[in-house]
Amino acid sequence: MVIAADPLLLGPIGLEIVLIVLLKVVVSFALLMVSVMLMVWFERKLLGDMQNRIGPDVAGPWGILQTLADGIKLFFKEDLIPENADRPIFKLAPYLSLVPAFLVFAIVPVGGDFRTGDGTVGWFGNRTFLQVADPPMGILLFLALSSVAVYGVMLAGWSSGSKYPLLGSVRASAQMISYEAALGLAIATVFLTGGSLSTHEIVSSQSGWNWNVVTTGVVPFLIFLVAGTAELNRPPFDLVEAEQELVGGFHTEYSSIRFALYFLAEFMNVITMSAIAVTLFLGGPDGPILVEQVAWVWPTLWFSLKVLAFLFTFVWLRATLPRIRYDQLMDLGWKVLIPLALGWFLLIAALNVGRDRGWSPLVVVFASVAVLWAGAAMLRGAVRKARAERLALEFESDEVLDAGDGA
Amino acid sequence: MDVAVFTVCAVMVLSGAFGVLLARNPVHAALFLVQSVFGVAVLFLLLEATFLAAVQVIVYAGAIVILFLFVIMLLGVDRVDDLDVEPIAGQRPLAIVIGAGILGTTLTALLVAVGGPTGAPTANAPLGDAGDNAKRLGEVLFTDYVFAVELTALLLTVAVVGAVVLVRRLRGPLQPLPVEAMASEPESPESTGPDGEDGETGPGGDA
Repeated sequence: MVIAADPLLLGPIGLEIVLIVLLKVVVSFALLMVSVMLMVWFERKLLGDMQNRIGPDVAGPWGILQTLADGIKLFFKEDLIPENADRPIFKLAPYLSLVPAFLVFAIVPVGGDFRTGDGTVGWFGNRTFLQVADPPMGILLFLALSSVAVYGVMLAGWSSGSKYPLLGSVRASAQMISYEAALGLAIATVFLTGGSLSTHEIVSSQSGWNWNVVTTGVVPFLIFLVAGTAELNRPPFDLVEAEQELVGGFHTEYSSIRFALYFLAEFMNVITMSAIAVTLFLGGPDGPILVEQVAWVWPTLWFSLKVLAFLFTFVWLRATLPRIRYDQLMDLGWKVLIPLALGWFLLIAALNVGRDRGWSPLVVVFASVAVLWAGAAMLRGAVRKARAERLALEFESDEVLDAGDGA
Repeated sequence: MDVAVFTVCAVMVLSGAFGVLLARNPVHAALFLVQSVFGVAVLFLLLEATFLAAVQVIVYAGAIVILFLFVIMLLGVDRVDDLDVEPIAGQRPLAIVIGAGILGTTLTALLVAVGGPTGAPTANAPLGDAGDNAKRLGEVLFTDYVFAVELTALLLTVAVVGAVVLVRRLRGPLQPLPVEAMASEPESPESTGPDGEDGETGPGGDA
């Protein structure tokens, strides 16, 4: 079977090790559920603050139990399936959204000292990573699962047997597929600098302030942020559920617990995307150990703080930016982010080759930028030429039409 | 353990394949295809080809079948087809012949081959650490097979350009370009009046 780098699984596997793995799974599951609950509350409260309202404040202290109340309410609502729905797929779709959202978190290292140690922690006499799994394909699992998540959205819209959900789901899947390309290219730059696909290796290559956000240049990080926001269908890219146009988007026909599953998946995706961004670009649990006596606490604390910063940013974006138009969305994805990510990827690759060969980095950057600029100029020229010809043609056909009208 | 995983995956792949053939609804058929693809991905994992497993899911499940579904949904062919109509004459007998041929070849290979269908056991042993998959594959692709890779890339580019050229064939009066459309919005209602319906089937209408 797959060779695991986790020291826990290298030796003979006994009951104790199985229990530790089970414990890790259960803890990460519970952690994710609780953080979703808090995230929903956090978002509503923060939005309230940013919009000069109070936000939820009835259930529990500061309304912190509001999500729990909402969840219980949704759980006991009547479960409706529309008459025109494709029943098996209608029931299947929410799980296709939820399960990938859970699984992605399994590869995120949430703690462990990578500066002085090798990122392992001691549990009951065994050394282990603070992540559920460290598969050799690593972050590719994230890409694979996010492409599975598209099915949840797409099939929900189709199987509802209704117009608006179908439109919403076609929008959503087109958007997710488009931005997955930019997302993947931004992650590819991290592979180049980190030299590995495994999340554990990526994090340990960043330890000691050697964060990828700097070593890859800031551009891939920004591309990842924008593409990630679009991948999550979060504002300003939430055309998927543009209320004014689509009622509620792909989940219009969903009610009760099935709707709650989509809600859960959406917020869970926000958290896992933040965690992945922290892992890839901000060093994961890397950070100074301030008090030696509780050294094990600091990596997890830094990780949580970094994720929290991302979560705050997502809410902030939602409160600040208006929704963009669909053609702007596609233009941004295909004409700006993908070429930029690809160009930056090539630049980093050229720098790596140059470092191996002992070329001067300055010359490499200069030559690469020149080549990329030439390529971009050719493309621009071609687009401009096509546009001019098109305009000429349009002018001509207008004249023909006018003549026809006159006659 | 290996045998158990293999059995489960084989059942998954084969039932998915039969589902593709037997499902009456195209969307259901596409989903059975996804099931089959996942089974194959797990089989790759069993062979320690982790990179191929991930790529199998990303490319086949994440891109290709999604595009199938897109076409099915956008063209509205998600209804049960009339099986009595044969779109291409002679397609079915030919399909039977070719299918029987492929089945025969596979069976011959399985039954006659020396040392098992996939060759000597040394040939299908893992080459190294499972984490090295991507590295090894990359090295082979960009040294020994670099021309094949480049040619394939070129072929795909040609295919994309060709598809765009075929689809963007101009029919009927031209639609204004998007930017111009916005700029000339206030004065356009008059000019597009009589030929408005015709203009709908303009460029990109059948994209």
